[in-house]
Amino acid sequence: MSASPGAHPLLVVGAGISGVTAALEAAEAGRKVVLVEREPYVGGRITRTHHYFPKMCPPSCGMEINTRRLERNANVRVCVNAEVVNARRSDAGWSVTIRHRPAYVNERCTACGACSEVCPASVPDPFNMGLTQVKAIRLAHGNAWPRRFTLDRHACPDGCRACVDACTYDAIDLTAEAREEQVEVGAVVVTTGWSPYPLDKLPELLGGKDPDVIANVHMERLASPSGPTGGKILRPSDGAPPRRVAFVQCAGSRDVNHLPYCSAVCCLASLKQAVYVKEQLPDAEVTIYYIDRRAPGRNEDVLTQVAAMEGVRLVKGKVGKITRADGLLKLRVEDVERGVLVEAEADLVVLATGMVSNLKEEPSPFGILLDEDGFGLPSHDLGLSVAGVARRPEDVAASVRDATGAAARAIVATERRA
Amino acid sequence: MQRIGVFLCTGCGIGEALDVAALEKVAREEKVAHCATHPCLCSPEGVGSVRAAIDDGTVDSVLLAACSPRAKAQEFSFDPLKVAVERVSLREQAVWCQPPNHEDTQLLADDLLRMGIAKLAKMVLPVPFTAEISDTVLVVGGGVAGLEAARAAAGAGHPVVLVESAATLGGRMAGVAQLLPECPPYDVLHPNRTAELVAKVQGDPRITVHTRTRITSITGQPGQFAVTLATEAGEKSFTAGAIVQATGARPYDASKLPHLGYGSSPNVITSAQLDDMLAKGALQRPSDGSVPQRVLFVQCAGSRDPHHLPYCSAECCGTTLRQVATIHQLNPAVETAVIYRDMRTPGQLERFYLAVQSQPNTVLTRGEVAQVSGNGHGPLQVQLRESLLGNDVTLEADLVVLAVGMVPNAADGEAVRALHDALLRAEKGDSETQRKDAAALAQQLAHHQGTEILHLDYRQGPDLPVLKYGFPDSHFICFPYETRRTGIYAAGTVRAPMDPPQAAEDGWGAAMKAIQCIEAAKRGAAVHPRAGDLGMPDFFLQRCTQCKRCTEECPFGTLNEDVKGTPQLNPLRCRRCGICMGACPERIISFPDYGVDRISAMIKAMSVPEEFEEKPRIVALMCENDALPALEQAAARRQRWSPWIRVIPLRCLGSMNIVWIADALSRGIDGLMLVGCKSGDDYQCHYVRGSQLAQTRLGNVQETLTRLALEPERIKVVELSHDEFQRIPEIFNAFAAEIEGLGANPMKGF
Repeated sequence: MSASPGAHPLLVVGAGISGVTAALEAAEAGRKVVLVEREPYVGGRITRTHHYFPKMCPPSCGMEINTRRLERNANVRVCVNAEVVNARRSDAGWSVTIRHRPAYVNERCTACGACSEVCPASVPDPFNMGLTQVKAIRLAHGNAWPRRFTLDRHACPDGCRACVDACTYDAIDLTAEAREEQVEVGAVVVTTGWSPYPLDKLPELLGGKDPDVIANVHMERLASPSGPTGGKILRPSDGAPPRRVAFVQCAGSRDVNHLPYCSAVCCLASLKQAVYVKEQLPDAEVTIYYIDRRAPGRNEDVLTQVAAMEGVRLVKGKVGKITRADGLLKLRVEDVERGVLVEAEADLVVLATGMVSNLKEEPSPFGILLDEDGFGLPSHDLGLSVAGVARRPEDVAASVRDATGAAARAIVATERRA
Repeated sequence: MQRIGVFLCTGCGIGEALDVAALEKVAREEKVAHCATHPCLCSPEGVGSVRAAIDDGTVDSVLLAACSPRAKAQEFSFDPLKVAVERVSLREQAVWCQPPNHEDTQLLADDLLRMGIAKLAKMVLPVPFTAEISDTVLVVGGGVAGLEAARAAAGAGHPVVLVESAATLGGRMAGVAQLLPECPPYDVLHPNRTAELVAKVQGDPRITVHTRTRITSITGQPGQFAVTLATEAGEKSFTAGAIVQATGARPYDASKLPHLGYGSSPNVITSAQLDDMLAKGALQRPSDGSVPQRVLFVQCAGSRDPHHLPYCSAECCGTTLRQVATIHQLNPAVETAVIYRDMRTPGQLERFYLAVQSQPNTVLTRGEVAQVSGNGHGPLQVQLRESLLGNDVTLEADLVVLAVGMVPNAADGEAVRALHDALLRAEKGDSETQRKDAAALAQQLAHHQGTEILHLDYRQGPDLPVLKYGFPDSHFICFPYETRRTGIYAAGTVRAPMDPPQAAEDGWGAAMKAIQCIEAAKRGAAVHPRAGDLGMPDFFLQRCTQCKRCTEECPFGTLNEDVKGTPQLNPLRCRRCGICMGACPERIISFPDYGVDRISAMIKAMSVPEEFEEKPRIVALMCENDALPALEQAAARRQRWSPWIRVIPLRCLGSMNIVWIADALSRGIDGLMLVGCKSGDDYQCHYVRGSQLAQTRLGNVQETLTRLALEPERIKVVELSHDEFQRIPEIFNAFAAEIEGLGANPMKGF
């Protein structure tokens, strides 16, 4: 096999770890790939994750290699700030319309930072899930790639041109407009990923109502050196280190009123986060309330390690209600082992919320069949694959596996058509 | 004659913080062919000026003194076969981390430029590599993963040879009637389509299937593996470009679980045995053929247990639920009980769990089974502890099914080699002690005897190296197909515990990597992680002393040995990390753009102030994959540190050659830091054990230092993760202070 000249490129939609993987694996086999991402950078959710389980290593380590592979491979065309808005079947496979959002900051940007210094406007930092404020023009995060600043244009004060004047490279154009592009592609891999189940859907657990009731995704930012606290785990209410941390597993998961399925990663995320807490705050008490401890494969090691830690308790029980009284968070727990209802106290609660496929809220224009929870179903058409969490709840290792397989499917689809 | 062009960028604050005229002077002193400055070198105009100088023949080697090679790589990309390029990070390593217009900042920038020119002056262009490359993919194992891999590779237009040791294809799933649901509503079993998959593979003209066949030898390298098979019809040889190992897993040996009654009662069986029984459509007690009224499943039988399998096999909970559902299809009156520690049904399998739970005559409960007792006739007594039904409860059952975990069908290639070596030493060792120790080691490793599967003719062993628990894999999170043997990819349950649909996906993934490896071999390009690197390693063998360090230390088994121990290069196995180069005491290994003399030249190019100037000099050899990005992240945040440090990026800390330490110390450099990534079981090294090897080498150096009356503290190894940018100033400043405390290198000025 070798790429026939003029063969249509493959299209990968969504450049999280799954999309980046699918694009690179195909490109390194000689295929042209168009990789479309709506954020201004590639990497998706893993860029906001402090460490991976079970190795407790930073995701940026693997992404470093992936971005190097991307920037040195002429076969991949990366379109950030872009979305596929329309798609229809064609002789090539698919004819798609890509909408590029206005390129206020163009490729002449050197990431020198002069614009950010003079920018008068601030916005809640989406990278840190609104936990901090950032300049309207900024590098989206420390390792953002493409290494180019991004501007929240809507935050610009009327008539302000401070950044334009500060930029000596002609890299900022406040009048840039969106444009649409028509591309013929041979096959499509959809890797649009997931969003965390919204905290405010869990009012009985004080989700969205109490600053010290946070989601697992917030904990990742708190523990990260590039996060809002420089990596210090602190209670959002008063900035003090927590003494009693409770993890509530299956918060809104395995629950017919919320997400009926299991998100497959939350047990391990909480076990991992218990390690974050104990490494920083050895005297803190950590309790994990769970229904089942799901740590498949070699991830069992994490469970073994955490269960043996002093000051960590794993309690089989469902947390039904959280209230705040006397300055503390009170958890009502059905302790299944002992068959009793107990009340426990904590000063920081982490709700282990699940993953929602982004296809649920925003179906793709490819007509992918979804199950009732919004996960994309496999089809017999090799020219249209869904991989990563858009397909099913799974961890990074599984997403990378599925994305690599999806790249092979896309290649086979174009071979058949050739 | 090399014509070096120095292109200085004055953008991003470089021009304001540094004396650019002084930098130009440095370049001219190095007698470069061309030196120019540009206010924004990465702009189309700036890059255009570089291209113009190349195109008109003014220069053939380009030094870009601007920003880090991690920035603007797309803009600064030139034909690697025509132009040598070196980049000097004036922005990240001087301007962003040092005070502007300071004497020490300028000295640092001058040094960085000299070092870059010195390295570039030693670089050569890669020679295009051409060889005949086979498109054929060898798939070892005809279970679900292997079948899917064969189908994928064939679909992409590759000839496939599929080898299976059993008489039929399909593996463990072949006989199973129904599988877990993969589609909505996820509450009923689905027909097993493995037979259709087998038929598809057998009917594919691009796929040659050999059943009852084993591999007898594999020699060569990716693109050119010479494979010999022992088939029923005799020996068969062919060439393959890449290999997928999908040899599956076997159930854990239940006879090691006598407390669960296996072996003492015929009515205690494994889930694999129950599958065999259900495949025949009959549920029977093995003791008397009667239909059991009560079937009890013991989950985690020998799993999640430090005395047996410490890991979870990930699919046993699902398998049990499938079997409970199948039993109720056959006979709804049978009572089933499942005793589990944690029910592990991720994703939509949760819905099937709920569906099984709601069936009549089904009890699923948490507990631990302490003992199963009973003999062939009466009911079995199952004693529970710590169960939700209470402590020390005893249940009766007519049939007990042990949900045992899986053990990979993989040979530990390195252990097989170690056994072979030990046996040889036990026989021919130099001393009695050596022979005795070797015999003891051989005894310990004896269980690896005859376990070979791939029979690779590799110096480091006949099969893939394995991780903890025996699964052949290396970077199982980010890069799950990166085994430590280039061109050989593990797929399915041999790689990690997984269920059949996951194994099927894994077959496609491994096939993708196999196809990709073949394409890379055609260009002579490296695969992951330096994908596309065209530079091949070069061995100047006339000076080789047969010390075998390179052949032993290569993480990827690139080098074989001839009878004398001279390394035999298999360039298409090479991943370009340079660990062999670091290991070689004769310094005879190099790459076109990387080599011992290149880095030595950088060290020698630095200016070393006299002792009275009180400006110590420190060299930091840093891993470019993790430590260097951390440094650049710190620089981007405008953190500051000692101006005495000169950073030299390495492909991997394992490529550190100790001659660099000698070079540095003999030049009067006062201290050295080696900054690499985390080693150990949870290593982060992209080349598996680079930082560990560097530490071992350093251990040997430190004795020498003491002999030379040099303080061992002058050399420090630091492990730094990619995200630990906050530690950089502290680490650098603390080391600078320590070196200041030690005083000047006594060899300064000699």
